[in-house]
Formats: sequence, C-alpha cells, structure tokens
Amino acid sequence: MNLDKQLQVDSSPQSPMWQLTIARVRDFYREPAAIFWVYGFPLVLAVALGTAFRDRPIERIPVIVVADSPNPNFDTEKILKSLGMDSRLEVTLADSAKASRDLATGKASLLVIPKGEKPLLRAEKNRPESAMALGIVEAALLRARVGEMHQGKEEVEPGIQVETVAEVGGRYIDFLIPGLLGMNLMGGGLWGLGYVTVDLRVRKLLKRLVATPMSKIHFLLSLVLGRMGFLLLEIILLLGFAWLVFGVRIQGGLLPLAAAIMLGACCFQAVGLLVASRATSYEAVSGLMNLTMLPMYVLSGVFFSSDRFPLLIQPLIKLLPLTALNDSLRGVINEGQGITDISGNLIILAIWTLAAFFMAMKLFRWR
Amino acid sequence: MAAILCSGLFKSYPGKPLVEAVRGLDLRIEEGECFGILGPNGAGKTTTLEILEGLQDPTSGTVEILGKSWADHGNDIRQRIGITLQETRLSEKQTVAETLGLFRSFYKRGLSLDAAVAIVGLEAKKACRIGTLSGGQKQRVALACALVGDPDLLFLDEPSTGLDPQSRQQVWEVVRALKVRGKTILLTTHYMDEAEKLCDRLAVVDHGKVIALGSTDELISQFGGGNLVEFDTPRMAPSADVFNRLSGVKTVKLTHHENPGEAASHVVLQVAQPHLALPELLTMLEKAGAGLLSLNVRQATLEDVFLALTGRNLRDDGK
Repeated sequence: MNLDKQLQVDSSPQSPMWQLTIARVRDFYREPAAIFWVYGFPLVLAVALGTAFRDRPIERIPVIVVADSPNPNFDTEKILKSLGMDSRLEVTLADSAKASRDLATGKASLLVIPKGEKPLLRAEKNRPESAMALGIVEAALLRARVGEMHQGKEEVEPGIQVETVAEVGGRYIDFLIPGLLGMNLMGGGLWGLGYVTVDLRVRKLLKRLVATPMSKIHFLLSLVLGRMGFLLLEIILLLGFAWLVFGVRIQGGLLPLAAAIMLGACCFQAVGLLVASRATSYEAVSGLMNLTMLPMYVLSGVFFSSDRFPLLIQPLIKLLPLTALNDSLRGVINEGQGITDISGNLIILAIWTLAAFFMAMKLFRWR
Repeated sequence: MAAILCSGLFKSYPGKPLVEAVRGLDLRIEEGECFGILGPNGAGKTTTLEILEGLQDPTSGTVEILGKSWADHGNDIRQRIGITLQETRLSEKQTVAETLGLFRSFYKRGLSLDAAVAIVGLEAKKACRIGTLSGGQKQRVALACALVGDPDLLFLDEPSTGLDPQSRQQVWEVVRALKVRGKTILLTTHYMDEAEKLCDRLAVVDHGKVIALGSTDELISQFGGGNLVEFDTPRMAPSADVFNRLSGVKTVKLTHHENPGEAASHVVLQVAQPHLALPELLTMLEKAGAGLLSLNVRQATLEDVFLALTGRNLRDDGK
C-alpha cells in the first residue's frame, strides 16, 4: 500500500451528469440480451407481421368447361376463348365426371357445360365464390355475344374502368410500423426508467448514491438522457428498416414526427418513474409494468385499429397515452398530418407526462 | 469538536406492534477516533448508522455531524463523509475505474482514481469489471467508493461480514491505514475480534440502547475482566459456594446440562490470579472425586462482557 499516493488529491472531477449517463449507456450496451430486445425484436416483429399480412395477389376463380370428347367442338372452343379473356378466371377443360367432383370438393367454383346458344352454368348455391364466378362468366359470355352481333367483333370492351388500391400508406405494414414505434416508446420508457430504477433500489445502489452529494436531478436527468440516446437509434433503425424493406414512407414533416416521438418518450418515462416510485422488488415492478402496458397493447391500436372496440368505450380509449401517441404517429407517418392536426393528442400526452411525473416525485422512495 | 454527536435518539417504525429500533441512544465520537458499535443482529446498529448518515430521519433526538445538522447542511456533510452500506451490489458490467470515476464525480475534491485503488490494494484490478471480482475484492471496491471523496469521516456498516478470513484481514488493513491517516471512523460489527482489533472505543448496543461504553480493555475490566477458568465435570457440581472459597474467585457461573444417561456441569470461574486458584481447584475436585472432562484457562473477551451484560451471546439473534 502506497501511503504517499493516498495524498494525491485530484480536484478536477468529470461532470456527474456525464458520468451518470455514460454509466447507464455502458450498463446497457454491455448487456447483449438487452440490445436484442430493444433493437432486434421490433424488427423481427415487423418482418413477421409485415410478411404475414402482406397484400396477396388476387386469386383467380377456377372455372371448368365440361367437354366429354377429347376434341373440343366449335361451341366449346368459343366459350374457352370468351372466358379466357377475363383475367379473373382460371379456365380448365375436364370431362363431366371430374368436373362434378371438383365442383363438389370446391376445387372448381363453377361448371360451364356448352349447349349451343345457351350454355348451362352449374353453380353451388351456398358458395360465395360460385356466385362471383357466375356473375363474371355471365358477363364474359354476354360480352362475346354482343361482340358477335356488332360487326362480327369477337369482344366488346366493357364501358367501365377498374382500378385496385395498393397504395403506399394504405397497406397493413404502413399501419403496423407507427404502432410498433409507439409500442417501443412505451416499453422503452417503462423499462428504461421503471425497471432500471427498481433494479438500483433492490441492489441498494440507489441508497448508496443518495448517501453521496449526488444531485437527484442529475440522477433523473441521466436516466432520461440515456434513454433518449437509445431511443434515437431505435427510431432510426425501425423507420429505416421499414423504408428499405417495405417501402414505408413518412408522409408528414419531421418536426411533427419529432414532437410526437419526444412527447411520447417523455410521457412513458414519467409513467415508468411512477410505476417504480415505491416498488422494492423485481416482481412488484414487473407486475405493475404489465398491468400498465397490457391494456394499452390491446386497446390502443398497435396491431389492429382501436376503432374495432365498442363505441361506448371509445372516449376512454382515446384518452390512453398509447392511443394518443399511435394516432399522432399514424397521422404524421401515414396521412402527412401537421402539428395542428395532432395537437389534441399531443396535449393528452403532455397532461399524462406532467401528472405522472409529479405523482412519481411525490411518491418516490429514494432508499 | 466532536465528529459525531447524537443524543436522545429514538426511531420507531409504524406497525403492529410498533417496532422500536432505537430507544434513547447517546453517542459522542471524537475526531480521529475509530469507534465501534458492537451488538447482535437486530440491536439497532444499522438503523443508528443510517440516521447518522442522513439516510433516515430519527423519530426524535438530535444529530450533529462534524458540527453540522442534517436539516441545514445536508450537502456539506455529504461532501465530507464516506459510507459503505451493509450490502450494496455495484453494477457488474462496470469496471473498477469506471465505478470509482462515477463516485468521484459527485465530490468537489477527492482522490485520483489511482490513489483510491492504491489504498484498497486493487491496482491490478483497475480495468476489470466488478462482476469478475471476488467477494472480498468487491468489498474493497465499496471501500474505495467511500474513500474517493477523501472524506474526514467514514461510516462502515459491518465492513467484513460475509468475507473469508483472508479478505477480512485485507479489509482490516485498509481500515488501519485510514486510522493512521487520522480519519474518524465509525463502524458497526457483531464480531468481537473486529471490534478488538480496530476500535479505539466501543459502544455495546442492545435493544436500541448503549449498554456499555469504553475501550476494549476498559470494558473487559469493568464487566468481569481478568481471567476465566472454565471446566466441565461429569458429575453434578456442588453449589457455587464451594468455588467461592477458592482464592481470588470473583464470580462463579454454574450450568447443569443433562445429556442422555449422564449429568454434567459447566463451570466458569472469574479469577484474579489463575496460578493461585487453579491448584486449589484441582485439589478440591480430586478430593470430591469429581473428575474433569475439560479445563480451559483464558483471558476474558468482549464476548464475556456481552454475556455478562445481557446473559446472551453476541451471535444469538437479537430476540
């Protein structure tokens, strides 16, 4: 032991804010599991759900033209040609035995039996696809008929235009990504402040820190600051990934987006602090966090629209912080809304933030 | 000026029944002193310490630390004291240097990190993560955290509890080095050897009160000091009067224990001069045909003091 060294007095310590924040960051990035759950998991979720609910190509309706002789006659040829022009139909040729079987088992939605001027259409009356097939085949045959009557043309253009919607901004993945972002902000805030605080309390490190001249404000700010750092990376990763893989684009401005994210983050950090204010065990804080988060996972429209819940509870759902956040995020990302459009929801978030923070400070157990 | 001054300290916790952890405790600890609070588990040692450290408010009573009160000068006091708690789990993912750097940042003046690790002899572990250290090394890091602000007054709550003998020695060495530097140290312990080896003065605490105060030697001589002759005989020993007649016997303590099939007695004689009392005792036992199962002559310890004061051993739970 070197007693001379003990006399070295160093009077230029680093800023406690910086030290506290960097300690938070170190604790986090040196925990590989935490990194996965915070950064990896939302991406996995986005891929899994985005793939499962991607917009499928429209399925074609199977229709069988019945021909018992192997060489199709003139009637049959004509029908095949007329129906073949309609891209919604998948037309095959089969003998009556196989055709009946396929109709019975649902492999075919409709049978077309050529009978000169009046082909016979056989449908299963309880099957919606049969009804659809009936309509399409009827129209196709009719068009062919009209074409024949008009200057011998084989086909008449229907007097309408058809357009299907698969626009960016209206797909499921477009709905999902803001929801995941909101969910991440909620989980991150509650874990990042709630769980971390209780962890420090359980380990008696909080008590130890409070016994030093550490400023409590510095301590709380360092938690928030650390969280905001992780958050920035989270957002960039999730939105960048959604843009690269699914082409999800942010329709609105960055300012309203940043406002919604910041307020949402602050709100759930304050709620996290409130949840952690008294808890002295991991079990207690986990229970409280689940109690807080679970209703919002379900009600606040993360995976499906909250409009599906009964009208009676809609006003309540609208007041939940995650609903307010998700609605703001969807407004900005999907609909290109500005600050004024989402201001109602931002006010809800601000009120939650202030209420939770002041209540947390009233209840907080520093030991 | 006293480093620590407290009087009429009471602390009770609400509940049924009301828990009274501290019940009228007075202490005066001088600057440069190493003072020990000795007592069994549950005696109120930690509660007392936490009140003095400003971590708990007393139900009533006054506390003055380095001449200042917690209510008016909390932050000034915190700048000048260092603390180890009974159980703090430092962050396993941080290195020793990082942990000390964090604690250092809270103090206006203090030691360099190199100096802090040097005091606790952990120079080689400076860049290691806390999670890789042994229990004794972790305890020394906790000590370094208490020292990094170069405090005038140190509070150590059971500094060597739960450590292996070698680690205890190392912790004691650190405390001794601090004594040499003139730091005031207040520690709690339920180990007699720790109290004897480290403390200039002791307060024996039981049921939230100081029941004896003084240096180890003072306490031992005050409460039945001198030498103890202890022996077991296979027969029921005669009454205490018989032993009182031996030369220099101050007190006699007689316990009968009934083992299955045989009765035996355990006798403790407090004597002034064992070389006079012993031959007489042996002759007497021989005449009575009592026989000896064991015989032990030793100096009285703090354990005996505690036993004399409370009728219990230090390691008994404080019930």
